[in-house]
Amino acid sequence: MSKIYVTTTVNGRPEDVLCEAHQTLLELLRDEIGLTGTKEGCGTGDCGACTVLLDDRLVCACLVLAPEANGKHVTTVEGIADSRDGLHVVQQKLLEHAALQCGVCTPGFVVAAKALLDKNPDPDEETIRYWLAGNLCRCTGYDKIVRAVQDAAQELATTK
Amino acid sequence: MAEAVNFKAIGTRPIRPDGIEKVTGRANFGADLSLPDMLHGKVLRSPHAHARIKRIDLSKALAIDGVYAAVSSADFPQEVTSSLSTNILARDKALYHGHALAAVAARTPRIAEEAIEFIEVEYEVLPPVLSLDEAMQSGATLVRENLYTNGDESIPPSNIAATQKFERGDIETGFAKAELIVEEEFRVPSAHQGYIEPHACVATSNPGGRVTIWCTTQGPFEVRSATAGVLGKTVSDIKVIPSEIGGGFGGKTVVYLEPVAVRLSELTGKPVKMVMNREEVFRATGPASATHCKIKVGATRDGRITATKAWLAYEAGAFPGSPMGPGCMSVLAPYDIENFLIEGYDVLVNKPKVAAYRAPGAPQSMHAMECVIDELARQLDMDPIDLRIKNAAKEGTIAPYGPKFPPIGLVECLEAAKRHPNYTNKPSEGVGRGVAVGFWFNIGMQSSAEVCVAEDGAVSILEGSPDIGGSRASMCLMAAETLGVSYESINAHIGDTESTGFCNLTGGSRTTFATGLAVVRACEDIIAQCKARAALTWELDVDQVDWEDGRAIPKPGVNVDVEPLSLADIAKTMSRTGGPLLGRASLNAQGAGACFSVNWTDVTVDRETGKVDVKAFTAVQDAGRAIHPAYVEGQMQGGAVQGLGWALNEEYIYDKNGMVENASFLDYRVPVASDMPMIDCEIVEVPNPSHPYGVRGVGETPIVAPLAATSNAVRDILGFRINDLPLSPPRVLAAIDEGK
Repeated sequence: MSKIYVTTTVNGRPEDVLCEAHQTLLELLRDEIGLTGTKEGCGTGDCGACTVLLDDRLVCACLVLAPEANGKHVTTVEGIADSRDGLHVVQQKLLEHAALQCGVCTPGFVVAAKALLDKNPDPDEETIRYWLAGNLCRCTGYDKIVRAVQDAAQELATTK
Repeated sequence: MAEAVNFKAIGTRPIRPDGIEKVTGRANFGADLSLPDMLHGKVLRSPHAHARIKRIDLSKALAIDGVYAAVSSADFPQEVTSSLSTNILARDKALYHGHALAAVAARTPRIAEEAIEFIEVEYEVLPPVLSLDEAMQSGATLVRENLYTNGDESIPPSNIAATQKFERGDIETGFAKAELIVEEEFRVPSAHQGYIEPHACVATSNPGGRVTIWCTTQGPFEVRSATAGVLGKTVSDIKVIPSEIGGGFGGKTVVYLEPVAVRLSELTGKPVKMVMNREEVFRATGPASATHCKIKVGATRDGRITATKAWLAYEAGAFPGSPMGPGCMSVLAPYDIENFLIEGYDVLVNKPKVAAYRAPGAPQSMHAMECVIDELARQLDMDPIDLRIKNAAKEGTIAPYGPKFPPIGLVECLEAAKRHPNYTNKPSEGVGRGVAVGFWFNIGMQSSAEVCVAEDGAVSILEGSPDIGGSRASMCLMAAETLGVSYESINAHIGDTESTGFCNLTGGSRTTFATGLAVVRACEDIIAQCKARAALTWELDVDQVDWEDGRAIPKPGVNVDVEPLSLADIAKTMSRTGGPLLGRASLNAQGAGACFSVNWTDVTVDRETGKVDVKAFTAVQDAGRAIHPAYVEGQMQGGAVQGLGWALNEEYIYDKNGMVENASFLDYRVPVASDMPMIDCEIVEVPNPSHPYGVRGVGETPIVAPLAATSNAVRDILGFRINDLPLSPPRVLAAIDEGK
C-alpha cells in the first residue's frame, strides 16, 4: 500500500510522517510520533478521550484521518503546559480540586476546557457542562471537573 | 459523630503525587506501551449468542502476509477447564455474542484485524437463553449441559448454578404480626462498568519461558495467578507490571487478553500487544448482572418491620458466578429485622460472563428493598428517613449475613440527612424527591508495604495496590501523619509482582483501609528504627527515646542534653548508625468496617417525552475517617452518577437472537456533564475501630442508593411506581400513557 506524506505541526514542532490512507490522526499522534497523552476510549467519537485542537478547532482525533492534518497545527495535552510557566491554570485547578480519579479522560478534558476558556473566559455552569458534554468521565460524576473549570475561569479573570 | 482529633495531615486535601503526570499526558496507561519488534494481537468473536463450534480453521489467516501466529482454545492446555479459561477462548460452544473464539498476532493492528476475518468457523447455531424467566423454567434450553445446581447431581442439570439462603426467626409468624404488608417485584437490567480505558496489555515470553505482562488491571497479583492457571504455568514464571489504570469499577479484576497475548508471544518469540476496542469491551467484558427481585415486607402501624422475604435472581452470563451472594448479604443489611428469609439464585444465560461492578450485587437487590421501604413509608404516612431510623441496624445488631456489627454509622447518616438543608427544604411544585439507603460490607485481605527513607529524609512508599482514584495521596497522608513529616516529602509508588510483597487487588473498597494499614505499620517500623538510631547516637537505651512530631526526643525524665533528631537528621547519618532506613509491613487485614450511606434526589419528569431530569442529588456517607476528603467526595459523586446512569438510561439491549444492539458509547449512553447537577456530599465519620485512623472503605457504597432514590423520586412526582429500570424516556412515557 502506498503511503501518504503528511507534514504537520504538533505542539509547535514540525512533523513529517508517512501515513497510510486509513490511519487516523489519533494513530499518527500515538503510534507514529509517540505522543500517547491523547487516549483512545472508543474510536468512534463518542467519549472525547482523544480530544485535540486542529487549527484551534476541537476535534476527536479518532475521527480525523491523519492526512487531513497536512499543513495544519495540532495541539495535544502535551502542548498545554508551558515549559517556562509550568502547568496551565486548567491543569492546576483540576489537580487542586481533585477533579481526576483514574485520569484517563483528563487529557481530553484539559484540551477541551482550555479551548472553552480561550473562547469564553467567563462561562456559567450550564455553558461548561454543555461544552464538556462530549467528554465522558466515569469516575468523578463531573462535579469537581466543573468546579475546577469555574475556578480556572475565576483565576484567569483576576490575574488579567 | 467523631470525637475531635487533631490530625496534621489526615483530613487535608493536598494535590496527589501522581497528579502532574496525569494532567500533562505523561502517565502511561494500558495501551501506551510499545516495545521493539512488537506484534499486535486481535480476537475473533462469536457472531452468535449460542452455537456449537464444529470446526475452527486458522490456516487461511496464517497464510496472510504479516501474520505470525494464530491460536484457538486447542493451543491452550486442555486439562484446564475453568470458566476463566473457557471464557478467554471458547471450547465446544460459543456461549454469547462476543465470546472469544480465536486470535492472531500480526505485524500491525490493521493486518491482525483483517486476518481474523479469514479464520473459518463452522457453527451449529443453537437457540439462546436470554432471560431469567426463560432460564429458570423447567425444561429450559441449557447453557451448559452438565451444570448441576450447587453441584448436586441427584437432580437434573439446569441453568441455576447455585442458590443461597439467609434466614432468621420465622417469617410466617412475622407476617402474621404485621398490620401492613407491601409486596413488589423489580427488574434491573445489565449495566456496564463503562471505564473509559479499554482492556489492554503487552506480553513477552523469553526463550527460557519467563513471561512479563504489562497491563491495565486492578490486581496485578490476580492477573499473575489467573494467567498462570490458564496457561498451566506457575506464578513464578510470570511477572506482571501494572500500568496506570483508566477506570475499573470491578471490571478489571479478571483477565481476558493476557493469557492469549502470552501464548501468541510464546509462539512468535516477540512481544504481543492486545487492545480491545469499545465494541469488544461491551460485548465481552463486564457487565453487571440483570436481576429479578421480589420483596415482601410486613410492618406494624407504628412502622416496625416484623418480617421480610427477599427472592433475588441474578443473571450470571454464560458461566456461574453472579454476585448473588453479596446481593443477598446486602439486601436487608441496613435493618434490624427479627424474621426474614433471603433466597438467591445464580442463573446462566447466553450473555457475557458478568464481572464485579462496584458493590457487586447490592445496587440491584437494595433497589428492590429500598423501593418497598419507600412504599411502606407512604402507606404509613411516615417520613422515609424516620421509618429507616426506626428499623436501622446499629452497633450490636446481628447482620443478616451473620456477624454482629461493630460501630457503624447508619443512624448517624440518617440523622445527618434529616437535618441537611437539602432535605429540610421541601421540594418545589412539580419536583419529586426520593430517598434511599446504601450499604457495602467492605473487605480487608492481604497487603504489603515498604517505606524507604532517602539520605535527605525524603520518604518513598512502595505498595501493590493500583491507584484507581487517588490512593497514592491517601497513602502519603497516612504516612505523613504517622511519621510526623510533611506530605510533600513523601511519594508513593505502585510496584510490580516481583518488586513488592503480595497485595490483593484494588477492589472491595479495601485499598485505603488494608494497604493503608500496611503503610501505617511500615511507618511505625521506620519510627522504631529511628528511635534505635537516636538511642545509639545519644548512648541511651531505646526505651528512653520517644518519637514526637517527626523527631526523636529523650523521654520525659531522661536527663541528657541533646537536640531532637528529625527523620532527615537520622537519614543524613544512617550509614553510620546501621545503614539504610527501610520499614516494611505485610498483613491480612481484618475488620474492614461496613459502610452505609443515605442519598436523596430531586427530579422532574417531562410528561410529553418521558425524560427524567435530576435537579439535585445529595449523598451522606460514613467514611469512618476521611483521609483525603476530596477523594472521598469523589467516590461519592462518581458512584452517585454511575448509579443515576443505571437508574435513568443504562441497559444492555439484546435482539431476539441475543445480539447486543447497543455496544457503543453512542447507544449505551452513560451520563455526560450536561445531564447532571452538582452532587452535594456530607461525610459522616464514625471511626472504624479496626484501623489506626478509623478508615472504612468508601468506594463501593456510593453506587448503591441512587437507583432506588431515583425510582422513589419518580414515584413521588408521578403518583405511581415504575418498578423496572432504567427509567428511560420510552419506559416512563409508556407508563404515563398507560396512566398506570
